[in-house]
Amino acid sequence: MRTIKFIIEKEFKQIFRNKMMLPIIFVMPIIQLLILSYAATFEIKNVSLGVIDMDQSNSSRELVHKFSASPFFNIEAQDFDMKKLELQMKRGDLEQIIYINTGFEEQLRAGEGPQLQIITDAINGSAANLMSYYASAIIMDFNKNILLQTQPMLATGLGISTPYQFWYNAELDYKKYMVPGILVLLVTMIGAFLSGMNIVREKELGTIEQLNVTPIKKHQFIIGKLMPFWIIAMFDLVLGMLLAYFVFDIQIVGSVGLVFAVASIYLLAVLGLGLFISTITNTQQQAMFIAWFFMVIFIMLSGLFTPIESMPDWAQLINVFNPITYFIGFMRQLMLKGSGLMDVWRDVLGIGIYAVSILLLATTRYRKTS
Amino acid sequence: MKEFIIKEFKQIFRDYRTMTILFGIPIAQVLLFGFALTLDLKNVHFAVLDKAKDEHSRKIIDKIDASDYFILDRYLSSSDEIEAVFKEGIVKEVIVFEPDFSQKLTKENNAQLQIIADASDPNVANMLVNYSQAIITNYQQNLFADNPMAQMAAPEPMFKYNPALKSVYMFVPGIITVILLLVSTMMTSISIAREKELGTMEILLVSPIKPIQIIVGKVIPYMLLSFINFIIILILSFLVFDMPSSGNMPLLLAETFLYIFMSLALGIFISTVSSSQQTAMMLSMFALLLPTILLSGFIFPIKNMPDILMWISHIMPSKWFIIIIKSIMLKGAGLMDVWFETLIILAQTLFFIGLSIKKFKIRLT
Repeated sequence: MRTIKFIIEKEFKQIFRNKMMLPIIFVMPIIQLLILSYAATFEIKNVSLGVIDMDQSNSSRELVHKFSASPFFNIEAQDFDMKKLELQMKRGDLEQIIYINTGFEEQLRAGEGPQLQIITDAINGSAANLMSYYASAIIMDFNKNILLQTQPMLATGLGISTPYQFWYNAELDYKKYMVPGILVLLVTMIGAFLSGMNIVREKELGTIEQLNVTPIKKHQFIIGKLMPFWIIAMFDLVLGMLLAYFVFDIQIVGSVGLVFAVASIYLLAVLGLGLFISTITNTQQQAMFIAWFFMVIFIMLSGLFTPIESMPDWAQLINVFNPITYFIGFMRQLMLKGSGLMDVWRDVLGIGIYAVSILLLATTRYRKTS
Repeated sequence: MKEFIIKEFKQIFRDYRTMTILFGIPIAQVLLFGFALTLDLKNVHFAVLDKAKDEHSRKIIDKIDASDYFILDRYLSSSDEIEAVFKEGIVKEVIVFEPDFSQKLTKENNAQLQIIADASDPNVANMLVNYSQAIITNYQQNLFADNPMAQMAAPEPMFKYNPALKSVYMFVPGIITVILLLVSTMMTSISIAREKELGTMEILLVSPIKPIQIIVGKVIPYMLLSFINFIIILILSFLVFDMPSSGNMPLLLAETFLYIFMSLALGIFISTVSSSQQTAMMLSMFALLLPTILLSGFIFPIKNMPDILMWISHIMPSKWFIIIIKSIMLKGAGLMDVWFETLIILAQTLFFIGLSIKKFKIRLT
């Protein structure tokens, strides 16, 4: 026990001695959480719209007015020259162009179903899809109004009405969804990078030899190396949760005890991963690149930014070995929906198995003799 | 000077592991993300609470289930089960049919179908509701042959630059931007910090080589490596992901060269302010990774962010480079279309170089 205490003391001294590291460990995650949570939004509003109204009739003006009144659209340009607007779209100033051809009103009166061209910049495919839906919805609404005026008999029945409800996050507030995820990422990166570069640094500077000739046992060494980072990461996590509560007004709907119990196991898994990388590499540069490689893959596949269901099967298979996926899933379920242990036992089990196996692996890989 | 560059090359290429990582990682990542990342929805599980169990409710359920977006997970027997099924986390949408759905639809032309979405993921929830409504509207229109809507204005959507709405068109330029920036910045900052930490920097400084020569010597090998990396990724994106290759290639290569140069300058700047490899790494990775991904327009559109964040995003070089690369590759833009973005990256490069030279000199005194 005393031996472990000394190693922990040494590690803490080493960490806190480096004046550059303190702000990186404690201030940067907080700033990132505060700023980046506002950045992560898919919300589509203020679509920059270009309008070409060749008809210049009452009906076409009414339709254009409907677009300008919608909160989703901002009419940025109105012209008769398609080429000019297309050029603006190419430059990225316009996202959508509506083209109303001559004879729109006449065809509408005659019931010939006039075509309205909606051109959308589709480089971001899913956003383009939604923008196109929104534009269609406005045109449908416009149609309904006309029907009500001209053929009130036909329009009385509404057909199938589809009211909808958004549960757990009625205002569709992205921050509620992103804050738990970004917090997990920040804590994970701190834990994995710090621990990943730790042992290999002693190797590179040669100080590991000094530790190896002492009577420290393997497990004491590993525990002594893990504890300081565990405490730091846990501290950051608590800090982040407080911010989530006070700044973003995110209350943990589920059991707070369960959140911290699982978080403490998860941190062991993350730190174990870092230590494991540390034991299989020789220089900090190597350790860093390997840690970076896994971290970027784990982050991008974790479901933080893109839905996991849409990934191909092999990517979902990789996710079986991705601790971040389990923990982000767990945190979101618990913090937003108040799921219980019975709902998330798969994630908890995954984290548990991960922690045990990676720590065993790291301990066996670390040899006192080279 | 020449000897010094040769020394740097030898030092990099001697370490086979690092070499494998340097080339293997970007390629693996581009392939992985190009195939795995998509913002569109596929195979989302939904549940049904069918209080009607009649002809139209069954047909609508079949129609939703048959679409690529949805998979029918299970039938619920009471509204109490909705909460439980959401908490498990697999089912993302529940559709509720009112009793006598078919009868109300055919007799009164007024039937109700409620859509309840798990909005803990707001983006998915929003898309789900939109997609479901579109499927139901479509069902309804096919139902009545003499649908009055058929005589009304009909939207005719056209998707420009990406007619098939492929996600790779958005993700590949983003991945290229992020990987080039991070790899270049990390490599230079760490390699210079390493010389400091191991004490070999002192030896270089007392030698007759000028500080500027040390920096140039450090940068040239990495510049070459990054450029080769970019060429490989570019070929991959043409061959594997079918990205259009109609754009102005010399311009694209020149812009990339500038961007890599900017990243290396940033790396040098980071190394001048950090005393150990660990600090250099934490700065170039931890401080850059998430902001680069989130504030560059890679995944999240910048124009919807709060004003302050839009201002911050202006200082992210990655934001400008993503615009450039998308414009050239996907929209066939020329220098006249992207001169402004190019100018900004150029200014940032000069800024970092200037700052580094200043810092480097201070260290010597």
